Amino acid sequence: MSAVSAASAVNAVSVRGLTRRFDDGAGSSRAVIEDLDLDIAPGQFVALLGASGCGKSTLLRILADLDKDVTGEVTVARKRAVGFQAPRLMPWKKVWRNVVLGLPSKPDRERAVAALTEVGLAHRVDVWPKVLSGGEAQRAALARALVREPDLLLLDEPFSALDALTRITARGLVDELWQRHRCAVLLVTHDVEEALALADRVLVMQDGRIGYDAPVEIDRPRDVTDPEFQRLRAELLARLGVH
Amino acid sequence: MTTTPERTRVPAQPSAVDSTVDFAVDTVTLASRSGRRHGRVPRWLIKTISPIVLIVLWQLLSSTGVLDDDTLASPVTVVETAVGMWEDGSLQSAVGTSVLRVLAGLAFGVVAAVVLATVAGLFRRGEDAIDAPMQMLRTVPVIGLIPLLIIWFGIGETPKIVLVGLAVTFPLYINLFAGIRNVDSGLIEASRTLGLGWFGQVRHVILPSAMPNFLTGLRYSLGTAWLALVFGETINATSGIGYEMNKAREFFATDIIVVCLALYAILGLVADMIVRALERGLLSWRPAFSGQ
Repeated sequence: MSAVSAASAVNAVSVRGLTRRFDDGAGSSRAVIEDLDLDIAPGQFVALLGASGCGKSTLLRILADLDKDVTGEVTVARKRAVGFQAPRLMPWKKVWRNVVLGLPSKPDRERAVAALTEVGLAHRVDVWPKVLSGGEAQRAALARALVREPDLLLLDEPFSALDALTRITARGLVDELWQRHRCAVLLVTHDVEEALALADRVLVMQDGRIGYDAPVEIDRPRDVTDPEFQRLRAELLARLGVH
Repeated sequence: MTTTPERTRVPAQPSAVDSTVDFAVDTVTLASRSGRRHGRVPRWLIKTISPIVLIVLWQLLSSTGVLDDDTLASPVTVVETAVGMWEDGSLQSAVGTSVLRVLAGLAFGVVAAVVLATVAGLFRRGEDAIDAPMQMLRTVPVIGLIPLLIIWFGIGETPKIVLVGLAVTFPLYINLFAGIRNVDSGLIEASRTLGLGWFGQVRHVILPSAMPNFLTGLRYSLGTAWLALVFGETINATSGIGYEMNKAREFFATDIIVVCLALYAILGLVADMIVRALERGLLSWRPAFSGQ
């Protein structure tokens, strides 16, 4: 058993021999992650793909220190932030208080306003989360993550609950914010195009470890019609078992 | 606003699908709500009229002698008695004494319930130690404890306040405990990733999320508090609304009894209004359905 340890190292994420088992209820256990190794360089945008139930969300939860029942060695940046599938804002706190919740200093309204302005929510500073639309709530959650100036941003399918149009806008926003903040990002997603539009590197999780690891060397902003984009897309879909 | 369809029915037989038949759909024009409301008697008026009718009926029955004063005093007599009690000061002093008893019992009960529910809700060990006995004790009707309370605390103020306190503690405990245990685990996880420690999670996540349950419990508790007070005051009291009522019983003074009942009702209503105001103030963040 080893907990997540934080250290000043060359990588934002460094994982060696990680295994996570779940009891299957019949007395035995199944390894969802088995002997997994992974390094993510500082500032690198990594997309993690995989079929449902392959353990990609479990890996993200382990890196977020939300799951400690693991064996192996996990080193991650001390300054981390997480964006979940649902915004998970505290409904009893005004939007700006949500953004600065958990920061060591006293609630700093100006800092919250700056972060909200960055995600285009300057007009939503003083409202209850209940009045936000789905896309706005997700942007507020992004502001809450980035206000912490993380070295590692973990995103667990942050756009999957949004409608198609909002998703495209949100994707553009993440791209833009990443260019500015240059933190390492691990984006868990189902969406191959989303992965190729955003990431420097795509991973596919298979049989409890990283089964495919390829760089994405397409100039930004990326064009879906680019032949390299098309080639990678076909390759990834084949990897994921979609033909 | 017409609802008349152009044709009444599509031809019944499926075989009738030939090009010479033009199809017609049976349509209705939907009335808009604003149109429907127009010209109706306002709701508040209906709500006000029915109690007034009841009181007028009561007065009529009294005036015609169907209801004699020993059974139930007439509304006019009741109002006169209330004014008289106000003028000689007995009404104010009775209300003051009773309100103080409820407040004292409420303070005692709220503190006990909050401490017990918080400890049981936040700690597994606390739940093991506290929840089982609380669940057993809450099945005992509080009113049934009066003889024991008199033996333990005599017949002064203490047994009455303790009785109200106990009546408040149980419903509030049950609701608050459930509220603490129903916290969204996703929010707890999020707060952990934001760097909140245990105290921060309790303060920023668990307690605010249990607030709606706390207020529901408080409202229910206030109801049982008045009930306990009525029982407490009709036994061995020398002051308070219940004492006035008991004294009146000996003289068949039904007017005073009705005044006292009305006082209990008004005080209960005021207490409920206070909690509702608290809910409006403290729960404005809630996306709850508030009725059509």
